[in-house]
Amino acid sequence: MDLFIPLFVVVPLGGAFLIAIIGSFSRGFGRYFTSIIFAFLTGLCIYFVFRIQGPLVYRVGGWELFEKIPIAIYMVIDGLSLYLLLIINLIGFLSAFYSISYIKKFTAESHYYTLFCLMTAGMNGVVMSGDLFNIYVFLEIAAIASYALVAFEIEKEHLEASFKYQVLGGVSSLFILLSIGFLYWQTSTLNIADVSRMIAVGGKGELVVFSQVILLAGFGLKAAMIPFHAWLPDAHSSAPSPISSMLSGVLIKAIGAYVILRLFFNMFAITHSVAMVITVIGTLSMVVGVLLAIGQWDIKRLLAYHSISQMGYVVLGVGIGMLVLARNGDRAVATLAIAGGLFHLFNHAVFKGLLFLNAGAVEYETGIRDMKKLGGLAAKMPVTTSTSLSASMSISGIPPFNGFFSKLIIIIAAIQAQYYVLSILAVFVSIITLASFLKVQRFTFFNKTGGEWERRGITVREVPFSMCFSMIVLAILCFLLSALIVPSVRDVLLTPAVDVLVRAGEYTTAVLGY
Amino acid sequence: MIIYILTVFLFLIGLYGVIAKRNLIKIVIGIALMEYSVNLFLILIGYVRGGTAPILTEGLGQKVFVDPLPQAMVLTAIVIGLATTALLLAIAIRIYKKYGTFDIREIKNLKG
Repeated sequence: MDLFIPLFVVVPLGGAFLIAIIGSFSRGFGRYFTSIIFAFLTGLCIYFVFRIQGPLVYRVGGWELFEKIPIAIYMVIDGLSLYLLLIINLIGFLSAFYSISYIKKFTAESHYYTLFCLMTAGMNGVVMSGDLFNIYVFLEIAAIASYALVAFEIEKEHLEASFKYQVLGGVSSLFILLSIGFLYWQTSTLNIADVSRMIAVGGKGELVVFSQVILLAGFGLKAAMIPFHAWLPDAHSSAPSPISSMLSGVLIKAIGAYVILRLFFNMFAITHSVAMVITVIGTLSMVVGVLLAIGQWDIKRLLAYHSISQMGYVVLGVGIGMLVLARNGDRAVATLAIAGGLFHLFNHAVFKGLLFLNAGAVEYETGIRDMKKLGGLAAKMPVTTSTSLSASMSISGIPPFNGFFSKLIIIIAAIQAQYYVLSILAVFVSIITLASFLKVQRFTFFNKTGGEWERRGITVREVPFSMCFSMIVLAILCFLLSALIVPSVRDVLLTPAVDVLVRAGEYTTAVLGY
Repeated sequence: MIIYILTVFLFLIGLYGVIAKRNLIKIVIGIALMEYSVNLFLILIGYVRGGTAPILTEGLGQKVFVDPLPQAMVLTAIVIGLATTALLLAIAIRIYKKYGTFDIREIKNLKG
């Protein structure tokens, strides 16, 4: 089974190559081929979910351990990687399927699908890599493809957003490379498991802390945590809508939050100070993100600010778990907090992906993104309206939907860990989120007075089948994912991912095998 | 030791360029400088005084080698740097065609 592991990178990379070549002869090739690739990879993920027992390790080139030194480049699939792989390929499939209708109006269609496949190959590589430098390489593949995709519509604001994104992304990549250099200097190895062992044996204290700080700055920039968030609203609102849903739903998690979790749990020993910094950053993102979002009138910009805030919830949940682990507190509380964070990560991918697809559907039909000029779309676009309503209820935490349960778990964990202020802040942010999504629903869909589109004489009807299909599937998922709180379902998908983080020390032994 | 400090200095000069300069091309140059300094730093990590190229051959008595792994890393990093710089310059040229200027004070449609 571990022979299937490289397929997650090889298939989308090969697909990108084929689409680039064949796409110049036949325009429609990439359109369907991309969806087929991601449907296949999603199926492979689901197969892995049911068959996996313990971490699978693939050594590139087949090099075995030499005198207990790992020579090969390791690719590891454990519970956490598999969880992220499922999110990436599922949202990737639905966005690619949505693009079939949405991207038809652009001329460079096959370039779009090439970049799409490259970006996803990069993200799959990052979450599977067991090697620091490989993380950097795959991260750059994903990031460079996403820079180009943000500028895809080449109007003034898209180019400006892309340039800003590239400058900040480039600086953060260099910080990451610098800190990888420092870690190599300290430990003379790049394998994450081996680095963790070398640091435990006797890394020099200050330099390890210094590399931790640069690493946190670099990946914090990639994850758009609050002091480093400036590029996100521009980049995510300028990209074509299916790409916005990939960037907000998946990219900031796969190359930002995931790597922070993996490195700070499994590679460095958990310390109280780092846990504190991560919790504070998460809380700040959660609160400030939502306060910035409430005043926005551009629908995609508003959604982009909410991404910052919701990622704050994820980081807050995990940070609380880390704090409890650092002070040797109750493991059950830590497990609950981390489970809440990871559960919210999946939920956010689903509902934020859906909301961006809805915004894309509105823009596709009316050509307008300013909420003041919209309104009265509920009667014309029933599918978009109902799916958007379920996503809005999910993100603001209304009971039968998934967002409610993950926020509830995070809040309960915060109370049990005796961080009462954090739990009150989480409730407060959830209420403001509700207010801001009431605004979205009211002004975009349910306003009785017709908007600017009526005056301009644009005929609005429901979007084509491929776009409807993706939105409906995601809306059903918003509902179904609530099932992850049922213990038997949770044990299949969520518990293995949480175990990787709670039992952080076991990663080294599991990967190296001694 | 002094050479490490100079590398950090080069990194900071690049960072200053990115933060303080108002011309798009100068910002790109700043990023390129940061990249070179990180590459230099990686090469320095692997350097061993008096070491030679790490080629194992029968009969050669040389025992001190430089570390080849950072060199391989730097080769990869240079290629990645090429891609980022090329894309940055391509976008900068497109921006010049749309706005007619490289000055970032006049390129600000997006805010808030």
